[in-house]
Amino acid sequence: MTRRMKWIQLGVLAALIVLLPLLFPSGYYYRVGALIFVNALSVVGLVILIGYAGQISLGHAGFAGIGAYACALAPEHLGLHPGLAVLLGAGISGVMALLIGRPILRLKGYYLAVATLGFGILVSMVLTNERALTGGPDGMVVADPGLRDLLRDLGLRLSGGELWYGVSGLVLLVGAWIALNLLDSPTGRAMRALHGSEVAAATVGIDVAAQKLRAFVISAVYASVAGSLLALQNQYVTPDVAGFLHSVEMVTMAVLGGVGSVLGATLGAAILTLLPQVLTVFAEYEQLVLGAVMIGVMIFLPQGLLPSIARRLRGTSE
Amino acid sequence: MDALLQFVFSGLTVGAVYALVALGFTIIYNASDVVNFAQGEFVMLGGMITVFTFEAGLPLPLAALAAILLTAALGVALNKLAIEPARGAPVVSLIIITIGASILIRGASQLIFDKQLHRFPAFSGDDPIRVLGATILPQSLWVIVGAVAVFVALWLFFTRTLTGRAVLATANNRTAAQLVGINTAWVMTLSFGLSAAIGALAGVLVTPITLVSYDVGVALALKGFAAAMLGGMGNPKGALVGGLLLGLLEAMTAGYLSSQYKDAVAFLVILGVLFVMPQGIFGHKSTERV
Repeated sequence: MTRRMKWIQLGVLAALIVLLPLLFPSGYYYRVGALIFVNALSVVGLVILIGYAGQISLGHAGFAGIGAYACALAPEHLGLHPGLAVLLGAGISGVMALLIGRPILRLKGYYLAVATLGFGILVSMVLTNERALTGGPDGMVVADPGLRDLLRDLGLRLSGGELWYGVSGLVLLVGAWIALNLLDSPTGRAMRALHGSEVAAATVGIDVAAQKLRAFVISAVYASVAGSLLALQNQYVTPDVAGFLHSVEMVTMAVLGGVGSVLGATLGAAILTLLPQVLTVFAEYEQLVLGAVMIGVMIFLPQGLLPSIARRLRGTSE
Repeated sequence: MDALLQFVFSGLTVGAVYALVALGFTIIYNASDVVNFAQGEFVMLGGMITVFTFEAGLPLPLAALAAILLTAALGVALNKLAIEPARGAPVVSLIIITIGASILIRGASQLIFDKQLHRFPAFSGDDPIRVLGATILPQSLWVIVGAVAVFVALWLFFTRTLTGRAVLATANNRTAAQLVGINTAWVMTLSFGLSAAIGALAGVLVTPITLVSYDVGVALALKGFAAAMLGGMGNPKGALVGGLLLGLLEAMTAGYLSSQYKDAVAFLVILGVLFVMPQGIFGHKSTERV
């Protein structure tokens, strides 16, 4: 990808974030938009892991859970500012990813899938069982970070929806910028090389295990920050944020939009976040739809929606 | 001491189920290098279909048979519709497909059946048998004997029959197997059918003890996988031993440490195996051909 392509993609994303509110009929859509951006952020993390490095995690919601509960617990028990709690959560997620990933990533692809599946289940188990700390399955309240008051003092009056739309959009842009920069950096090239063939990558001197580990840790931090943002804007967390179904949702979003493409990831997140808003019966069918999308896309559109559409527009095959 | 024996009994019972799931993994993994994340759903289906056909009025043995046959058919369909079209795809794509299948089956079961916990009567009543101060349910004996019987049957199948040897040959080298005239597509179909049937059998055997609901599959898949890794991936003997060992570890954790966190054992076993001996108890160190 050329330098120009990178700025085009970021420009498209920024334009969408800024211009979409012009079409919003009510304030409610700011909330939906913010949710899309948060989901897109964790999916961009998965693009780095699945799309660049060719590894897969089935427990990424575990990291989102760590990020979310860091924002809920740290201000209450450690007296930390919620903004710092986001960083704390990201730090813990990164270290956890490092500890789990180190022994596993020397081995074949599916070992990471299994271990992360277990990790995700473990995190949601802890969040559900430790009632005294986390409130158990009912969840707990997250303190307001005071961002709105701060902006009001500066003369900017925003509704909660508008504020978090802006914040989430901004964080997503930064996340996308980092991911796109990474793609063409030596690290990104190394990741893509080992995706193609680990043996070939190793023979040209790439430390395969270290690069996989790097991708895993980075994507864990993305998921953690996304979890934190979710907790802060809802001002409430439940263990569902760390649940297995949430992990599956993330992977499905990534796969649907295009697992190698940052814009595609955003598209996938948008589609699967909007579906339940448009179709109220969706909750009943959610698992059915997610499963069908995963299988269908992998067989018929292995590149995902956006890259397939882009190729058709260019009129080239393969 | 009585308590210890009691934990051993319950550990062997759940361990036998994990062993059956692990055997299912092993068959598909050997034939195709696919790690089937939908393996736990086969167990769930075995239990659920038996419950609903039994409640519809079918006698229990027939209901169980129907469940096993239907699940086996679904396993074959999974291979034909989702795995075969993606042949040659990278490992990650195959993982996404099988986890997608797992979620799909879960979602469909939730709609077709319901979200409740179910059970049907135990095969030989619910009166516990007293052994050396501890007790064991007759159904537990069914589960343990069932797992061992499946293992022996598989061993005979793989070593004494031509079809079984064809599966082993395909596992060893697909191209070479094709060259000597083995229908490898048929071997794949057979493996998925067999593996699904074994999963369903596990579900039929254990439902009277542990009950079944639409969402039990994922945890079972994880534990079956942990068992397979503990014993050595791809090794049927390892699957049996790994399953029983994992069950015992879980029962001891629940008994002596914390029943809330017994499910964490599988995850710790996976990490422990990967740290200490990635090839498992019976596995060989693998090298990759380039």
